[in-house]
Amino acid sequence: MSAGAEALLRVEELRVGFATGDGVVQALDGVSFALERGRTLGIVGESGSGKSVAALTVMGLTRGRRTHVEGQVLLDGEELLGATAERLRALRGEAVAMVFQDPLSALHPFYRIGAQLSEAVRAHRDVDRAAARRRALELLELVRLPEASQRIDAYPHELSGGMRQRAMIAMALANEPRLLIADEPTTALDVTVQAQILALLRTLRDELGMAMILISHDLGVVAEAADEIAVMYAGRIVEQAPTQRLFAAPQHPYTWGLLTSTPRLDAPRGAALVPIPGRPPSLIHPPSGCRFHPRCPYAREEHRRVDPPLAPVPGTPAQQVACLLPADVRGALWRRLAAGATPDEARSAAGLAPEPAA
Amino acid sequence: MTPLVEVDRLVKRFPLTRGVVFQRRVGVVSAVDDVTLAVAEGETLGLVGETGCGKSTLGRLMIQLLEPTSGTIRFDGEDVTTARGARLQGLRRERQMVFQDPSGSLNPRRTIGAIVAEPFAIHGLLRDRDERRARVQELLEQVGLNPEHYNRYPHEFSGGQRQRVGIARAIALGPRLLVADEPVSALDVSIQAQIVALLRDLRDRLGLTLVLISHDLAVVRHLCDRVAVMRAGAIVELAPVDELFEAPQHPYTCELLAAIPRLPIGGGQSSSST
Repeated sequence: MSAGAEALLRVEELRVGFATGDGVVQALDGVSFALERGRTLGIVGESGSGKSVAALTVMGLTRGRRTHVEGQVLLDGEELLGATAERLRALRGEAVAMVFQDPLSALHPFYRIGAQLSEAVRAHRDVDRAAARRRALELLELVRLPEASQRIDAYPHELSGGMRQRAMIAMALANEPRLLIADEPTTALDVTVQAQILALLRTLRDELGMAMILISHDLGVVAEAADEIAVMYAGRIVEQAPTQRLFAAPQHPYTWGLLTSTPRLDAPRGAALVPIPGRPPSLIHPPSGCRFHPRCPYAREEHRRVDPPLAPVPGTPAQQVACLLPADVRGALWRRLAAGATPDEARSAAGLAPEPAA
Repeated sequence: MTPLVEVDRLVKRFPLTRGVVFQRRVGVVSAVDDVTLAVAEGETLGLVGETGCGKSTLGRLMIQLLEPTSGTIRFDGEDVTTARGARLQGLRRERQMVFQDPSGSLNPRRTIGAIVAEPFAIHGLLRDRDERRARVQELLEQVGLNPEHYNRYPHEFSGGQRQRVGIARAIALGPRLLVADEPVSALDVSIQAQIVALLRDLRDRLGLTLVLISHDLAVVRHLCDRVAVMRAGAIVELAPVDELFEAPQHPYTCELLAAIPRLPIGGGQSSSST
């Protein structure tokens, strides 16, 4: 994305560390991105890659005595990391709103949907109960909750998972935020309901002109809704590109791993899934050099020492990657992998000698 | 080939109650409603459908973790619907289950060695300590865990590793039928592929008959020979996996398939020509 001056959200070199008994967990280690109005950024990665911490930090929800936050979060030019608690409270809901994964634990079980929505409205607007309720109904209709005028008086447990998530989205939209952050909004839902919720989020973004951050572990989900995708690994963005570009020519071996380990309906049925070996690293003692090197089938000796920066791909400035392999070697590797080769086959076809054991 | 498991006109109803102390019955829900199905020895059958369609209930009925309201269950040609006591215990050795949540299904206060050894204790097998230990370590190795980790506790393992422990326990007694209920849906994508590969490998090596319960059609397509699509307690479509995915017959199957997000790899054109 062009880091244009008009970006709604700019995150610069964000670092978040949590002090624990075992040491500092560096959940985010220098993450930067920008997001314009009306655009959706998808963030994908495994558990513990830092994608949720990034979202929570933008919302000012990671503050605490044992948390160390560095960097900048600029919303319309306003610095949020240094903002007072009072200012943050005013911005939350009003400027930035969030939709969480599990609507059943995010909604209060004892209050009716309408009451919870009215509360969200009245937290930011000086309106009477009747007006707040009218607004609540309007919101439920906006998110296409079927029979909204009756369901406004339902309790959360009386709604299905998809309806509850619609109610959560309605609440997030109560004050017309400029930025909507959706953290795994469809993970708890059935696949047909997931498709409906993703379609709804797309429509709302276009109707309301919001910017959106969509966080998911599922590349398929972000592919459906995001204009641009950032792939996170061990607290960093390792690849970022416009959605079409990311799938057409992914550059990072971790992105390849995510793509080839996802079972697909359009691949030949016999095609083997290629898992990413090993598991995500400790964020207390992250690996030296490239953080992906212990799991990377193409790692070279120097990758253990040199930490690659996120840099534009030659010839495609909109795409950035943090990888030490030469661009032509990456291209050759992915062409093989996309054609169904195993990492070993791709490596020898691309002329990379197997790395001698360390 | 003779079917290993056959269920005939199987029905399972659960009462709906209201109130806490004096539970009044206010109705029944038919979780499984007149299902007839046979699974051949060595076959992998997928049970798919959305939340509440009855797929887990059917899976549990098949290995008699639940008692059917009506209908019959045959195992290896024999009617076992009314099996109880020692007979049922004997059947348990041949039919095992892998659960979805590898944290919830492992006792946090026991070592993984003890967890995997428990089936032997329950069935009074391998009474010799050293022998049992050797067998457990062999099982851990078989599912890709380090046998040295025998004395560690579940919390020391990642989700994928815990699922491996659950699988080791399930295959400990050498079952012929394994019912896996959403075995990968709690795991990260990269780890999912590892567990799918493990299940496939164990099935082939041990000649297991596998019933895979999943809401993820892509995973099912990857592992299964035949797929049963369930909706509201009934099977709406049952077909060999290629037929189901290439020419789905039931509108509900079409709806499920259409809802799956696609990866636009290669800018929309797929590499399916290879």
